[in-house]
Amino acid sequence: MAERLGMVEKRGVGLWLTHVGLIIGLLFIFFPIWLAFVASTVSQADIIKPPMPLWPGDQLYENYSRALLSGINAPVAWMMVNSLIMALGIAFGKILISLLSAFAIVYFKFPGRKMFFWLIFLTLMLPVEVRIVPTYQVVANFGMLNSYSGLIFPLIASATATFLFRQFFMTVPDELAEAARVDGARPMRFFWDILLPMSRTNIAALFVILFIYGWNQYLWPLLITTDPSMNTIVMGIKQMFPSGDDLADWPVIMATSILAMIPPVIVVISMQRLFIRGLVDSEK
Amino acid sequence: MEKRVTFKGIWLPLLLVTPQIVITAVFFFYPAGQAVWQSLFIPDPFGLSMQYVGLGNFRYLLGNSYYLTSFVTTAVFSVLVTVVSMGIALYLAVLADRLIKGSGVYRTLLIWPYAVAPAVAGVLWLFMFNTRVGVVTWYLGVLGYDWNHVLNGGEAMGLVVVASAWGRISYNFLFFLAGLQAIPKSVIEAAAIDGARFWVRFRTIVFPLLSPTTFFLLVVNIVYAFFETFGVIHTITGGGPQQSTTILVYKVFSDGFVGQDLGSSAAQSVILLFIVGLLTIFQFKFIERRVHY
Repeated sequence: MAERLGMVEKRGVGLWLTHVGLIIGLLFIFFPIWLAFVASTVSQADIIKPPMPLWPGDQLYENYSRALLSGINAPVAWMMVNSLIMALGIAFGKILISLLSAFAIVYFKFPGRKMFFWLIFLTLMLPVEVRIVPTYQVVANFGMLNSYSGLIFPLIASATATFLFRQFFMTVPDELAEAARVDGARPMRFFWDILLPMSRTNIAALFVILFIYGWNQYLWPLLITTDPSMNTIVMGIKQMFPSGDDLADWPVIMATSILAMIPPVIVVISMQRLFIRGLVDSEK
Repeated sequence: MEKRVTFKGIWLPLLLVTPQIVITAVFFFYPAGQAVWQSLFIPDPFGLSMQYVGLGNFRYLLGNSYYLTSFVTTAVFSVLVTVVSMGIALYLAVLADRLIKGSGVYRTLLIWPYAVAPAVAGVLWLFMFNTRVGVVTWYLGVLGYDWNHVLNGGEAMGLVVVASAWGRISYNFLFFLAGLQAIPKSVIEAAAIDGARFWVRFRTIVFPLLSPTTFFLLVVNIVYAFFETFGVIHTITGGGPQQSTTILVYKVFSDGFVGQDLGSSAAQSVILLFIVGLLTIFQFKFIERRVHY
């Protein structure tokens, strides 16, 4: 067995070459992040005199507290709160409305069910980037510019999650609903006591994907948050660059970039299994 | 596909679907309808009224050299992003798959850049290649190469391609590694016993068996390059220099919000909608095939 494995899986020199190849790939992927981290720990003077150092300096606390507490247009801590509200709002909002409508579509026969199904099917096809101008007008007419609801609602108007839950509900054994009905359980009882607990893993996996999706939004917050105190962190970074020829405040900008990465990265790493599952599920 | 067992009632299910129906109608169907409607009009110079022009906006766009150039730019950009990110991801996945131990560690390390937003990736790469302070720019200068993506369209394109592809490697790596691990080891071992070297095994066995994954990733990556790279382009080049990195989605934004040309922007949205539709049909056709594979 060991001999045969040796023909396919590498050992000896080949094994080392495999590791070297992977490490080169890792370096390519990590280098930009490492550089951003280094830049967030040195002073502006170190950066504007290229080449900048490749090893962290001693300004970490200084730069991060400056970014978090005062920022450039708005304190970054505040932008992170905005991002968090937006990401959680999108994740919970989308999961909630999708669970309810998928339950209705799968477990009831009601007039207009087919039509409803096809209507949400259509929304799969049109990313928000394509309908930005009219969506912006709708949000402006509702007076929702510079508001959390304006940030959240247009991005939960899509059906991916509904499809996911529909697929999952279809695999739930009929006997469970049958038993619930025989016991005289009301539909919502069945939903709360049986369906929801069974969907826990799917919900968690979807939550990971939607949280990252919401946190990383750029174009939409860029359009509708003109007030710096409503900026999200991902779109706020670009706003920190001075217009014209002035020199950017790189240490603070890079500290903000690192801060913008931390929450979604924590979510991905700590929920790696769910993340992979969610990724595979949502592309089905 | 229908459930055999269903609950009775009409009002409850209607109530349950109401939130989604309302949100979808207000923030999806109405704006999408507006886009189609506005694409048939042009605003007068004072913005006071709209004049009906039928398909005039479309005719104008399809004869407009800037728009057609943007099509070519989008095609070049999408193909490059797809090829670069899938190439690197496949290379890393093949290496990780050859390890008996430790591929999980590499997977964890390679996965998390997925969480980096395209706009943040843009800022990271902008920093490295910044004309004044960029580290890579400086070392290129030492080597005698004068990097300036602010003036040079080719360099600007290269930079947005690398920054967009970089953020996408994790995703492709994950799917390639899963695809590789699903290939039965016995097939590959049989070929190895027959004396097929690694490269021959890869070309004749592994790559063909991986084709469903590859094909799926091709479509998904093209969609990504089309729509989700806005942040990269907006942070690094702003579509310039001389529109050399203005992809279609960026043009919808710049014509609609910067140029305030609503009719043209709406017509562009409709054309994009058409392209997305084609890609979606393509993808569904393919997924159908994958099920039968």
